[in-house]
Amino acid sequence: MSSVISAGTNEGGQELQSRSELTAKELFREVGSVLRLSEAEAAKLAEVQTEVPEDQTMIINMGPQHPSTHGVLRLMLELQGETVLRCKPIIGYLHTGMEKTGESLTYMQGGTNVTRMDYLSPLNNELVFSLAVEKLLGIEGDIPERAVWMRMLLSELNRMSSHLLFLATNGMDIGAVSMMLYGWREREDVLRFFQKVTGLRMNHNFIRPGGLAADMPAGWRDDVLAILENLPSRLEEYDILMTGQPIWRERLQGVGAITAREAMALGATGPILRSTGVAWDLRRDMPYLRYEDVEFDVVVGQYGDAYDRYAIRFNEIRESMKIVYQILDRMPSGDYRIQNKKVTPPPRARIDESMEALIHHFKIFTEGFKVPEGEVYVGIESPRGEIGCYIVSDGSANPYRMHMRAPSFVNIQALPHMMRGGLVADAVAVISSVDPVLGEVDR
Amino acid sequence: MSDQVEQAEETVETLHGCPVVYSRDQMVLLVAREQYVGVVKSLLADGFDVCIDLTGVDYLSLPHRVVGAGVKPERFEVVVNLLSLTKRERIRLRVQVPSDDTTLASLFDVHPGTEAHERETFDMFGITFDGHPDMTRILMPEDWDGHPLRKDYDQGFIPVQFKGTNS
Repeated sequence: MSSVISAGTNEGGQELQSRSELTAKELFREVGSVLRLSEAEAAKLAEVQTEVPEDQTMIINMGPQHPSTHGVLRLMLELQGETVLRCKPIIGYLHTGMEKTGESLTYMQGGTNVTRMDYLSPLNNELVFSLAVEKLLGIEGDIPERAVWMRMLLSELNRMSSHLLFLATNGMDIGAVSMMLYGWREREDVLRFFQKVTGLRMNHNFIRPGGLAADMPAGWRDDVLAILENLPSRLEEYDILMTGQPIWRERLQGVGAITAREAMALGATGPILRSTGVAWDLRRDMPYLRYEDVEFDVVVGQYGDAYDRYAIRFNEIRESMKIVYQILDRMPSGDYRIQNKKVTPPPRARIDESMEALIHHFKIFTEGFKVPEGEVYVGIESPRGEIGCYIVSDGSANPYRMHMRAPSFVNIQALPHMMRGGLVADAVAVISSVDPVLGEVDR
Repeated sequence: MSDQVEQAEETVETLHGCPVVYSRDQMVLLVAREQYVGVVKSLLADGFDVCIDLTGVDYLSLPHRVVGAGVKPERFEVVVNLLSLTKRERIRLRVQVPSDDTTLASLFDVHPGTEAHERETFDMFGITFDGHPDMTRILMPEDWDGHPLRKDYDQGFIPVQFKGTNS
C-alpha cells in the first residue's frame, strides 16, 4: 500500500523506515547526538535496542485523525508488544503557507495572518510580530506606557486561557473527562473578556505595530477581577480532582521523562525545559514589555516528566493571576497607541472633518507603511515556549521574509525521546504533556 | 545606525574569525560556508548551548544588497539563532549559500534540535544539509514539485499537485 502512496516520490519517503532498512549506526547517531555522546557511547546505552527481529515489531500510525493528537499530528510508532521502540512525528497536514502569505501582506495586515498560527495564544503571536516590526522601525522605546501594560495584561490572560485549555485536554486524554468541561468553562470566561475587549474570541488582531487597536472598554477592570476571583476556588477543585489522585499520578509520574541536557539539545523551551529543572523564562531572563517591574515566580520541575509539565502549567496560571493583579494596580493612563503619523491611522473623528486625514487613513490601510531595510529577531515567552519572529525588510511595506519560530514545532521533536522505551498507552499522556498546537507546527 | 557607519571604517569586529555586524543592536555573525559547523561548535563551547532557530531566506530580487563587512551576497542565506542560557545572550549567524550549489553542512551532530528546522528549510528553499539523517520534506507532501518559499515560486492559482486524484 505504501508503494501506491509514495509512487512518483522525488524527495524520499517521509515515513518511518522499517527496521530492516535501518542500520544500528543510524539509531545510535540519533540518540548520541541528543545526549551529545559519540555513537560508540550511545551504543552502550541499553535504551536503544538494535537486536529486535523485524517480525516481532509492528509499525502503526497514530493519527492524523486520532482525537488525542490535538489536531492533525500523525505519529508512526514502532512497537514491540506494548513497548514503543521508535516514534516519528509526521506533520504538515495543516500547512497553509502562512510564511509565504506573510510576504504579500503589509505590516499592517500581518497581524491577521500570524494570529492564526498558534490559535490558543493568538495575542502572543501578535505581540511578537508587533515587537519585531517596532524594532525594525526603531520605535520600540516610544510605545506609550498604557499600551505596554495593556499588552502585558492581554498576554497574561491569554497564558491563563491557554493553560486552562491544556488542563482540559490533558484531563480528557488521561481519562478525567469532567476536567475537559471544567477547563473549557473557565477558558470561556477569559474568551468572553477578550470578546468584549477585541470584538473576537480568537484571532483578535488587536495588538498591532505601534500599540493596540483600541482602548480598554468601560468596566474592563471589573471583568478581570471577576475572572480572578472566580478562578482560585476552581483551581482548588482541580487540585482535588487531579493533582493528588493516585490514578492521575500513576498515569503521569515518570512518564515521558527527559533530562535538562536532552531538552536543551533538542531546543525545547517553555514548560518542557522548565520541567527538567532549568529555570528559564524569557519574561524573567530577557525581559520584554515591563516584566522586570512585576513580581512573579518561575515555576520549575525536577524530574522532567509529564507530571512536572502538568504541575508547571497549573501553577503558571496562579503566577499569571499574580501578574494580572499587579497590572490592575499599576495600569497607567494615557494613549493606547503611539502617536506617530507614519504607523498610526488618524482617529475616526478626524476623518469626517479633514480630507487629508481621510487620505492618510486610506493610504495607511491600503498601502501600509514602509519599514527601513534590515533584519531582526525577537523572541518572547508564549505559553508553549519561546515564540520568535524573524523579519527581513527590503524597505517596502511588505516583509521580504517573515519567519515564525514556533515553539510547538520544535517541542514536537522531543516526542521520540520522551516515548522511547515507554508504553503505547503512555504515548497519549506524552503528546498531551507537550501541548502542541498544530496550527503553529505547520503554519 | 551608528554601528553601520563604524563597520564601514574598516574597524570590523571579529569573533571566531568571522566578521560581526549589528542589525538593530542585535549581534550578527557573518559566517562563511566552510567555517559554519566549526563556528557553531566554538560558540557552543562559549556557552551558546541552545539552537533556537534555523531558517532560510531567498534574496532573489536583492542580488546587490549589502551584507556588511565586505561579505559577498549570494542568493540564499541560512539564518541560525543561538541562545546562551547562562549568559542570557543571543547571537545570529548568517551563512551565504550560492544558488548553483545549495548545500550546507548539517548542524545535527552539534544541535540535534535543528533536525526539523533543516528539513523545513530544505522543504521550503531546496537547501540540502549534508549529514542530516533524514533529508526529506516535512511540511509539503513528499511528491510536491518545487520549494514554495523561493521567490520565483508563484503565489496563488497553482494547480493542485496531489497525485492519484482526478482533477
